Amino acid sequence: MAKVLVVTSGKGGVGKTTSTAALGAALAQGGQSVVVVDFDVGLRNLDLVMGAERRVVFDLINVVQGVAKLPQALIRDKRLENLWLLPASQTRDKDALTDEGVGRVIAELRSRFDWILCDSPAGIERGATLAMRFADEAVIVTNPEVSSVRDSDRIIGMLDSKTVRAERGERVEKHVLITRYDPARAARGEMLNIDDILEILATPLIGIIPESQDVLKASNVGTPVTLNNAESAPARAYIDAARRLMGEEVAMVVPAERKGFMNRLLGRRAA
Amino acid sequence: MSMNLLRLFGGRNASAPVARERLQILLAHERGLLGQSDLLVTLREEILAVVSKHVALDPDKVIVKLERGKSVSTLEVDIEVPNDFDKAKAAIQRRMAG
Repeated sequence: MAKVLVVTSGKGGVGKTTSTAALGAALAQGGQSVVVVDFDVGLRNLDLVMGAERRVVFDLINVVQGVAKLPQALIRDKRLENLWLLPASQTRDKDALTDEGVGRVIAELRSRFDWILCDSPAGIERGATLAMRFADEAVIVTNPEVSSVRDSDRIIGMLDSKTVRAERGERVEKHVLITRYDPARAARGEMLNIDDILEILATPLIGIIPESQDVLKASNVGTPVTLNNAESAPARAYIDAARRLMGEEVAMVVPAERKGFMNRLLGRRAA
Repeated sequence: MSMNLLRLFGGRNASAPVARERLQILLAHERGLLGQSDLLVTLREEILAVVSKHVALDPDKVIVKLERGKSVSTLEVDIEVPNDFDKAKAAIQRRMAG
């Protein structure tokens, strides 16, 4: 059974697109057939993070409006043959997307793929509500920071009221993905800790992605971080999160502070 | 109290406990607000409709407020009625009869 998963957050810049690309690639590496769909009409970036920016011919709006057929707009990943991208339009605006049109495209994608990952735009307006509209599951990308947690709370409220599932009285299965987690700052009490975030949002955790240079390096070269350096800490965290999405039991690893030599010498406690 | 304790354990200038407390208070407020906005609009409209049957009202002078307390909440309905509402009422009745 195909699953539609929206990657959303409310707040911008928290890592939705990076996470969509990384989770999509990790699911595909796990043998699933996956399509990542960019809903950020007018500000598309998933193509760039996936390294497919020069291969875009048709986009989601063309398919919604019947200008192109779905197979014409789908771009196959060069590294993984079971990973596909449906890009957003860069020139049109979000008003070109209709509820009914998006529903039709999602239904067609459901018949072709195991996973449909919808990369939501920031905000709580039309683009974001359409990205979540047909979702079965949601990954709420949250930074350990007050404004991000507040916006995540708002988005969780919308997932519980504005989706097709919610309207039918069913649940959208929600997961919190914490990104840009800095263990050293968390240990010093400068950053909201994970238990606090989960308690406030009352939503289960799917993964903790540590702040890392590897994420930027991967997007620089247009490769999902799970493909670019599968051994890096963020890649391992994304791969674990993807395995949890597939229903596997994987122990949660809280990124730990790598103590510097001086700190260890002085026996400084990280409390 | 709990905040001070956490501060003690969290180090000299741990700001995370402050962030948590601020968020908890804010979100408790916002969640209530979002859930209720529809209820208040409905209440306001229906109260306005009922009272307007008998008294001529300026719709902008009907204010419905909900104050949330710990164990009880109060619903405050403030309706400003013009002094000559009897004449206005007669006018409404004439209109309805004719």
